[in-house]
Amino acid sequence: MTNVDQSTGTGRTLSASFFNRHLRTITGTAFSMAATLFGLLFVTFFIARVMPIDPVLGVVGDRASQEVYDAAYKQLGLDRPLYIQFFYYIRDVVTGNFGTASLTARPVLEDIARVFPATLELATIATIIGVILGIPAGVIAAVNEGRWQDQLLRFLGLFGYSMPIFWIGLVGLLVFYGNLGWVGGPGRLDIYYVDIIPSVTGMILIDSLLAGDMTIFWNAVSHIILPSSILGYYSMAYISRMTRSFMLEQLGQEYITTARVKGLSEAKVIWKHALGNVMIPLITVIVLSYANLLEGSVLTEVIFAWPGLGNYITNALLSADMNAVLGGTVVVGIVFVGLNLLSDILYRIVDPRAR
Amino acid sequence: MTQTSKIGLRAWLDAEVPNSRLHATAIQFYAGWLKLLANPLAFIGFLVIVLLVVCAAFAPLLAPHDPLTQDLGARLLPPGSDGYLLGSDELGRDIYSRIIYGSRITLLIVVLVAVTAPVFGLVVGTFAGYMGGWIDEVLMRITDIFLAFPKLVLALAFVAALGAGIENAILAIAITAWPPYARIARAETLTMRNSDFIAAVQLQGAGTAHILVRHVWPLCLSSIIVRMTLDMAGIILTAAGLGFLGLGAQPPLPEWGAMISAGRKFILDQWWVATMPGLAIFIVSLGFNLLGDGLRDILDPKKSKS
Repeated sequence: MTNVDQSTGTGRTLSASFFNRHLRTITGTAFSMAATLFGLLFVTFFIARVMPIDPVLGVVGDRASQEVYDAAYKQLGLDRPLYIQFFYYIRDVVTGNFGTASLTARPVLEDIARVFPATLELATIATIIGVILGIPAGVIAAVNEGRWQDQLLRFLGLFGYSMPIFWIGLVGLLVFYGNLGWVGGPGRLDIYYVDIIPSVTGMILIDSLLAGDMTIFWNAVSHIILPSSILGYYSMAYISRMTRSFMLEQLGQEYITTARVKGLSEAKVIWKHALGNVMIPLITVIVLSYANLLEGSVLTEVIFAWPGLGNYITNALLSADMNAVLGGTVVVGIVFVGLNLLSDILYRIVDPRAR
Repeated sequence: MTQTSKIGLRAWLDAEVPNSRLHATAIQFYAGWLKLLANPLAFIGFLVIVLLVVCAAFAPLLAPHDPLTQDLGARLLPPGSDGYLLGSDELGRDIYSRIIYGSRITLLIVVLVAVTAPVFGLVVGTFAGYMGGWIDEVLMRITDIFLAFPKLVLALAFVAALGAGIENAILAIAITAWPPYARIARAETLTMRNSDFIAAVQLQGAGTAHILVRHVWPLCLSSIIVRMTLDMAGIILTAAGLGFLGLGAQPPLPEWGAMISAGRKFILDQWWVATMPGLAIFIVSLGFNLLGDGLRDILDPKKSKS
């Protein structure tokens, strides 16, 4: 990549106009992100307004006298016009005030900060699995386009996209935990290890290493391996598919022919030159798949009793705890939009043509 | 057409030059059908969907038991028991019969989402692409906002607000599913906006609505249909997921996701209760994926290459 692809980059000087242009794209991206977040808040606000549950009853209970009810009604700002309420809602979200979760009687943001590391841990391991398996698989499929390796990968992808994730999670538990006993069951740890090590990052794999407790570390590994493999499979299907199509594009380029003519080994041509150029768009894909996993882990978390954000939102939903549901939705949305922005910025930094 | 003999019919369908508009459509369909037959995986997908429709249509004839009638004397029978092909569930209901009747719910979800989300996306996308300017800007901005949302979580929030139930689950899925169609339709519209045939219709004095409905929409259809078929698997999975979480179809409805949820409690001892409906979901979504993959090759040869 270093000695073949420089033709576009040579002779460029870092001029003032270059920085100007750069700044403008960043402002543009920031503006569209702000618009998206505004839209997200508008939708959650809209959901909160159309829902058939009376927010006042959630505060005062259904046996409150009319005076208490009216006072709470006023206190929640429900007597004001909708646009004022929306303004207050935005102010609350910006200052991190999502209200109190009726299920846990704690501030929603505190709850989310407590459960989020578990989701992060799961999604991170799954993404690592997806990247380690997906990129080589995609490269191999592209090199062997149309042959059995390619067909196999396509089939694996189709299978993955057709499988209900909660079902495969159940079947996985049945086979690998129930019948074979190879992995730990639901939850993040066996029950007698819970709450022994101090929580520093909230991610048990890291916390147990920090505490130097290898027994707990390996127990945590045995619990995370099945759910993260299942999520990682979906991530692999997506990453390998994209790797394949990016690779096919690169393999048709002339610099590949040049490299071959120069007498480079086929392995070097494919794994260094072609894959090197593919890595740029792949970063975007990986970040997006990470964002998808953060959201897609909802069903997996429910199946594996994983105490993360998805499980939290689901429990809140089932007990009609709207503060927690909407708070969770907003947080997931912000992380989602933030990762989208991150992938955009990374792309601009890494790819000289996008600057 | 029905009176023509077999050979005459084939000749009519193979004709180089169509005699009428109907004839042209028939020739096109026949060519597509032949391509479908040539692609075995896509054809299998097609057969699965036909099977789904047949199951839904003839459920009372195919199912040996009533899907709702409980028989506590026949609880949790394993597959292959007398009269219970796929076993029975915790209330003694025949799982096979429930899966057969469940196909009606799946089909209902598929059809309702298919007639709402793509149509809405098509309207928004073609209008934005055709009008251009600030209308395009605003509509696409809104589309982008919806596109940037986490879909499942948003669907969950919508269902929470509207109340659990099959109708609200379908509505929530449709609300989160339309933006990609708007993007596709807009892109297609942009390519034909300045073409001669649109200019010709404009000169004949046709209004915007007429041009969009009669001349732009038909040309967007093939991309929309391909996308829709590929989306269907995801929609079925989301609906089943909502059912599994207890937010979609409510018991005792034989919805496949809800059936898995009920069988979850017995997964270690009576594995079939949760596994069988999961297989049904898998087969149907695989069918849609296979057909969609094949349709992409048939309807859109240029994109299938990469």
